[in-house]
Amino acid sequence: MSLSVPAPLVMMRGIEKSFVGAKANSDIDLDLRRGEVHTLLGENGAGKSTLMNILSGLYTPDDGSIFIEGEERKFRTPRDAISAGIGMVHQHFMLVPTQTVWENVALGLEDQPFSLDKNSIIAKVRDIQERYGIHVDPHAYVWQLSIGEQQRVAIIKTLYRKADILILDEPTSVLTPQETKALFQTIRQIRQEKHGVIFISHKLDEVIDISDRITILRKGRKVATIPVQNASKESLAEMMVGRRVVFQIGKTLQNPGKVVLKAKDLVVRGGRGIVCVDKFSLELRQREILGLAGVSGNGQEELCDALAGIRQIDDGAIVVDGVELQGKPSREFQKKGVSYIPADRIGTGLVTGMNIRENIALRKYWRKEFTRFRFFVHWENIAGRTGQLVERYSVVNPGLGFPARMLSGGNLQKLMLARELADDPRVVLAVQPSWGLDVSATLFVRETLLEQRDRGSGVLLVSDDLEEILSLSDRIAVIHKGKLMGIVEDPDSASEEQLGLMMAGTSLAEFLPDDVPPGHVPVRAVP
Amino acid sequence: MKYRIVFRKRFRTGMIFEGVLPVLSVLAALFLAGVALMFFGVSPLEAYRAMFRGALGSWYGFSEVLVKTIPLVISGVAVGFAFRMKIWNIGAEGQIYMGALATAAAVRFLQSSSQFSMLLAMAVAAVIAGGFWGCIAGVLKARWNVNEVITTLMLNYVAIHLAEYFIYGPWRDPSSLGFPMTPPFPPSARLPQFLDTRVHLGIVAAIVLVLIFRLVIRWTRWGFEIRAVGENPKAAEYAGIRYGRNVVMVMFVSGAIAGLAGMTEIAGLQGRLQPGMSPGYGYTAIIIAWLARLNPWGIIIVSFFMGVLLVGGETIQVIMRLPLASVQVIQGCILFSVLAFEFFRNYRVLLVRKERN
Repeated sequence: MSLSVPAPLVMMRGIEKSFVGAKANSDIDLDLRRGEVHTLLGENGAGKSTLMNILSGLYTPDDGSIFIEGEERKFRTPRDAISAGIGMVHQHFMLVPTQTVWENVALGLEDQPFSLDKNSIIAKVRDIQERYGIHVDPHAYVWQLSIGEQQRVAIIKTLYRKADILILDEPTSVLTPQETKALFQTIRQIRQEKHGVIFISHKLDEVIDISDRITILRKGRKVATIPVQNASKESLAEMMVGRRVVFQIGKTLQNPGKVVLKAKDLVVRGGRGIVCVDKFSLELRQREILGLAGVSGNGQEELCDALAGIRQIDDGAIVVDGVELQGKPSREFQKKGVSYIPADRIGTGLVTGMNIRENIALRKYWRKEFTRFRFFVHWENIAGRTGQLVERYSVVNPGLGFPARMLSGGNLQKLMLARELADDPRVVLAVQPSWGLDVSATLFVRETLLEQRDRGSGVLLVSDDLEEILSLSDRIAVIHKGKLMGIVEDPDSASEEQLGLMMAGTSLAEFLPDDVPPGHVPVRAVP
Repeated sequence: MKYRIVFRKRFRTGMIFEGVLPVLSVLAALFLAGVALMFFGVSPLEAYRAMFRGALGSWYGFSEVLVKTIPLVISGVAVGFAFRMKIWNIGAEGQIYMGALATAAAVRFLQSSSQFSMLLAMAVAAVIAGGFWGCIAGVLKARWNVNEVITTLMLNYVAIHLAEYFIYGPWRDPSSLGFPMTPPFPPSARLPQFLDTRVHLGIVAAIVLVLIFRLVIRWTRWGFEIRAVGENPKAAEYAGIRYGRNVVMVMFVSGAIAGLAGMTEIAGLQGRLQPGMSPGYGYTAIIIAWLARLNPWGIIIVSFFMGVLLVGGETIQVIMRLPLASVQVIQGCILFSVLAFEFFRNYRVLLVRKERN
């Protein structure tokens, strides 16, 4: 390297890392320059997190070297990496909710062993806020903050530790569009200050918006590093997946039929007795996908638990096909044809320690065709049915007798779809159905949901991915803090801005001209 | 060159490994216990040899092992059943005592000359009493989420003292010269014994219960529900399986089976109710169920092994003048090493060469 060119801020060379035989990273090179936003793009399992965990000292590489400003460094613990100026903001920021912002920032500081110099910490926090345009009240308690604000605290925390190299792991997945915009402002400011930012994402529009250069990983290998000027959504996706990707899903117009699910003034409490769903009403019709948009954690899961009969409701009514079901056991909901694809596949939707047959049986074993002599499970019939379903939903599996934990994420989800959709349910409650899946599995899930709609089911699609909501839904409802913000009857007329504002708590009525009565009326696009 | 030890999570355990591990852990336990035996001042090898001879060296020893195996298998099935649902029934001991108490009550109040109807009445009484005792913890858990480990454990003391109250008090045999025991059961209230051994009909009950355990868990809807709750309670709730009802039912059945162990023990072997009728079978059953990984056949094998240990322990008590505690030390060592070896099921230990900085 000639002396005239300054060494890049970070230079990773020939990074290798394997886990129990599987190569997570193989011969990966990565450069990060000062004043650059460098995106790592790749599907789940492409090796992004492994590579970043190596850079932040959580893993030690099997081979390869890391240079910080031209000097070779070996990180054996995260502390080594922090002292080299590397700061990582994880997807789940590790903050103490019962402490204030400044206390969280001070937590774990090395130079303040006994007493905290509160004033100087707060002064420094304010200085950082000024410089980077990140605004959070240092005296606020973390539990009072929104997810977006908590993320800002996590960023302040790393900047406070003089991070020169900032790693942001899928930071936008928890944000509303407006919050994303603010985050990007901050990132640009950090770039202005001549730090380096590594940005991890799989949302292509964002990547093109914020990056200077993009490195694409696939199956543990680097595909290419390209400047953003040479990148298009299509080319990035192709490099990421390894083949051409069609973004348009064929969605035909359908005539919705009669109402299959009606929720009226539902009040549901969450785990700690807090009201999570507050007087929520909606109607779901046959042959339609009703998208429920919202930042995750705003009561969507409690709502769906209640609609599936799993969670007790405090007040209100749930009507499936004209029959009131509130207060009934969830088995009654199943019998009326309510299918439920919960967000947490491994923790709730499947029993990963049980085999594939048993997972298909999980919500069907009580049915007549799967019962023998009243008390016995008809395992032969279940095995036969499982065989058909696995084929129909192309679940790649080592054998029906193997535990479900041996399936990949995409195949786990296909297994759940197979169980929940195969009998043409009246109502499908799908929560984050494509969360964490790779591009092809995501496509499969979305197409399957559309197909299910065309076969006559009413689908309630809960997602915090607006793109997913917009591309699949026939109508869009928005939830914020458990309240219905409004229902947009024509998704094509809705702008992301408007939905984003609704997700942040602006009710639909505020977008309407004064002379239109509030309610579920079509909305014109807001300029 | 320096090496360091690294633990890696296992994703799969091989079949052979699964089989070898319990054997290894027992060997490790025997080693540990051997160290303890050395502290008692005896040669461990000699002690083990004496144990083996005493337990398996003669037909009499073997039959005595079977006698001990019977209550262990039955109570092993009892706790194994609850453990399948991850309900930690630590109360088999108390349920055994309740079963025995009810058996004695049936003998006292329902005199009948027909052996069949007498035994049937005793068994029904034992099942109801043991089941009721288990049910208490089940209902508390289902209704108010009271930790069953604590309730079942505490109910043990209640049951044991309740039984002692009757033995020392109203039901004491007037002709027992002051010894605390009920009058001997009439012949119609005794389980038949085989040939001239002390092995009684309870052995059939034990085998049948193991078969039923397997049948229920493997083939019935209820067994599927129990397994689903045990594997993933959230998924079970999502599947529409009612947790509370199942907790109560499983605790009833678990307690009932343990109660039956109490009945076979006093009707088959002791012929009366006396204090200490179960020398901790209900607790040993926990070790058994754990060692057997809740597998029905495993429960038989491990119970037999424990039987060998108990009979062998009696032998070395006599021959080597060791305290009863020495056998319990060996048992404790086994449980510890099983728990320790559980770690190796989940992790691989690797020696990795240390890089120089």
